[in-house]
Amino acid sequence: MTAALTTHDLVKNFGGLVATDHVSLSIAKGARHALIGPNGAGKTTLINLLTGVLQPTSGRIQLMGEDVTAISQHSRVKRGLVRTFQINQIFADLTPLQSLGLAISERHGHGSDWWRVAGTDQGVVAEAVETLTQFGLGDVLHIPTHHLPYGKQRLLEIALAFACKPQVLLLDEPAAGVPEEERHDIIRILKSLPADVTIVLIEHDMELVFSYADRITVLVNGGILTEGSVDEIAKDQRVRTVYLGEDAHD
Amino acid sequence: MVTILFDGIAYGMLLFVLACGLTVTMGLMNFINLSHGAFALAGGYVTAALTQKAGLPFLLCLPLAFLFSAVLGMLAEKLLYRRLYQRSHLDQVLFTIGIVFMTVAAVDYLIGSQQQSIHLPAWLRVRLDLLGGSIGVYRLFIIVLCGILALAIQWLLSHTRFGSQLRASVDDPRVARGLGIPVNQVFAVTFALGCGLAGLGGALGADLLGMDPTFPIKFMIYFLIVVTVGGTSGIMGTFFAALLLGIADVAGKYYVPQIGAFVIYALMVAVLILRPQGLFTRGGSR
Amino acid sequence: MTHSVENAMAMMTRTTRWSHWETLFWLASLALLPLFPNKALLFSQIAIMGLFALSLDLILGYAGIVSLGHAAFFGVGAYVAGLMAKHGWGDPTLGLLAAASGAALIGFVTSFLLLRGSDLTRLMVTLGIALMLFEAANRFASITGGADGLQGMMVKPVLGLFSFDLFGKTAYLYSLTILFLLLILARRIVYSPFGLSLRAVKANSLRAGAIGISSATRLVAIYTISAAYAGVAGALSAQTTQLVSLDVLDFHRSADVMLVLVIGGVGWLYGGIIGAIIFSLMQDWLAGITPQYWEFWIGLVLVVLVLVGHGRLQSYARMLIHAITHKGRVAHPDQRGTS
Repeated sequence: MTAALTTHDLVKNFGGLVATDHVSLSIAKGARHALIGPNGAGKTTLINLLTGVLQPTSGRIQLMGEDVTAISQHSRVKRGLVRTFQINQIFADLTPLQSLGLAISERHGHGSDWWRVAGTDQGVVAEAVETLTQFGLGDVLHIPTHHLPYGKQRLLEIALAFACKPQVLLLDEPAAGVPEEERHDIIRILKSLPADVTIVLIEHDMELVFSYADRITVLVNGGILTEGSVDEIAKDQRVRTVYLGEDAHD
Repeated sequence: MVTILFDGIAYGMLLFVLACGLTVTMGLMNFINLSHGAFALAGGYVTAALTQKAGLPFLLCLPLAFLFSAVLGMLAEKLLYRRLYQRSHLDQVLFTIGIVFMTVAAVDYLIGSQQQSIHLPAWLRVRLDLLGGSIGVYRLFIIVLCGILALAIQWLLSHTRFGSQLRASVDDPRVARGLGIPVNQVFAVTFALGCGLAGLGGALGADLLGMDPTFPIKFMIYFLIVVTVGGTSGIMGTFFAALLLGIADVAGKYYVPQIGAFVIYALMVAVLILRPQGLFTRGGSR
Repeated sequence: MTHSVENAMAMMTRTTRWSHWETLFWLASLALLPLFPNKALLFSQIAIMGLFALSLDLILGYAGIVSLGHAAFFGVGAYVAGLMAKHGWGDPTLGLLAAASGAALIGFVTSFLLLRGSDLTRLMVTLGIALMLFEAANRFASITGGADGLQGMMVKPVLGLFSFDLFGKTAYLYSLTILFLLLILARRIVYSPFGLSLRAVKANSLRAGAIGISSATRLVAIYTISAAYAGVAGALSAQTTQLVSLDVLDFHRSADVMLVLVIGGVGWLYGGIIGAIIFSLMQDWLAGITPQYWEFWIGLVLVVLVLVGHGRLQSYARMLIHAITHKGRVAHPDQRGTS
């Protein structure tokens, strides 16, 4: 069985700085795989490489066995590799329904239709309404997103990625900045994501990582320190010193 | 050949002095300002009036032109431009074009559309034969003076407290404020200095470039080219871009007069496509 | 469930429906002709300027591209139509089609230069291209007539039926019809999924890419369409005035059209047309007072508009229109679907 997402010797240099240092990852289909590491470990660079925002200096990336190293960000999305952002990236003056409608139309290949009014495709609207309801946004379909409270915007951030029907979903600190009472909504949503969707979770919050992930990769200084199951990582002394130790000082 | 190179360098040096204020406000502060030429116009007109009407010596007028434009720039920054730093680029474009149009029409109305001439002292009007070419003393004067200015500006930016405050303010105004740097004042002084230099450039260049009410529009594109081609590496990029443009423009107009201006615009577009951040960029940018 | 989907569809398409005031607006513009028959030439100029501003709105208002060289496409369209009329192909419809194609071609080719880079770079590139075209038209004066203008244009009757008259009656009806047709087309485009995706790219191109939208193809497409629109405006101007000179490519034209659009409202289909009306009235009035220094007043309007905030002014104006046409119902400005 091929892995959902693999990288081979991925390297990214910025001038003299090595941001990603020979990273070889293999993420199994349907996994709940967490990428953790202290600040500056290269998590953001890695996610940008995986999604095609950045081009690697060397190395390869495979999605479902297909080499996607050279293809653009939006083509990777069409092949099922979708991400969310640590800082909300939503369309401020569109409504949640319009935003999801865009993602769904695009997936169906109707995103460039110019001869019909947006919102007249019943299939697209029905799917958007269903997804938004599932994400607890059914009551704010028509409110411009910049008027939504932060917690709802955060849910929309994830819903927007989910509407692209990902095979591999990269979640970049999904609960970042969300107040305690609304975290439960997010965690509930994360846990309800279909089991066949491969999830890569980039997260600082250890509680969330240990309760959600089944496998963990620890990044330090751009390279992989170790990889293992939740129990293995929790016991690993090196991880404690570089990561948990530092975390405790914060 | 020598003459062309020499004229080109003099022209480039002038462009540098005219545009270097813009490098900071537009290239580094990311404030799109199309009205920079208006301050050069002010300097040129003041010098013309002082030498012709008041009979003041040309050399004395140069610092006065600088001062006049600098004060004008300071007032304009305080009253108007400051409000626009945080606005959209569209607003900045609209506003500064508006200022240019108003300046052009107002100067035309108040003073007239004729070209202003500057009374140069006799010793600057001499031509020398040098290296097989004929060289105007006035151009030599411009090159020396602008060269000194370029060194002074470079020193101001890299070796003084003000220079480091400015660099910090441009890099991240919020952090700079947190460090206790008076960011607003630093920007105001920078803006005023830039306008003053433009005024000085206008005074120096009036004789070479021609000074009439449409000056801010005619030379707008040249300033923009210098700044965008110069990139964000600071004042040296601007300096080389200005020299390059000066020489290319003079040579182009001499050797291929039919398509001279066309070549300049085409080169600019080409540079912007190949190096969107300009020819000279700060290393290690992501 | 079905009910809520139908409801959602109705809400989503609500703001895109043809409203009463639009019908009124077009009827009124027709009624102008019998009311002020001697002003028909002026009216046709307004319609053409409105179309030109609409073309700028497609890239500025809907895709966020700040251009300082939109006159390039107006000029290309004007020269294409003008040269055709001079060399025996004076059929207006043919001229429009050729002008649209010519401008679209140049728009398509140059759009790739705008994909990378900041607002400033785009500004410079658009300005640079317009200046290059201006220089080219100036150098090839044997073809373009240079500053004196193109001599000897022979424009045939519209559709072979309606010949251009001295009073501009045909000119106005012809320009108004083209404006109306192209506005309908623009309506389709901006309210479509394609139009919505443009707004998404404008608002956040990073995220647009992350949901599978290719910003590059969208920008190329809308820039090409916008160029074609501007080309048609240029061709209309050439055909109705029988005059093309270097002025069509002038920097002033690029700046003026931006002002027209900003006065009327950016990101709103009627913004360009309303702006053209206000601009022309202003021009008429102010030029009467100080004909030479009209530029000063343009500048003042720009400065004041920015200081007061053009967005705010227009959202009040639109709320007012909305309140008049939808008596009693309160509309939130954000639901008008523009930024």
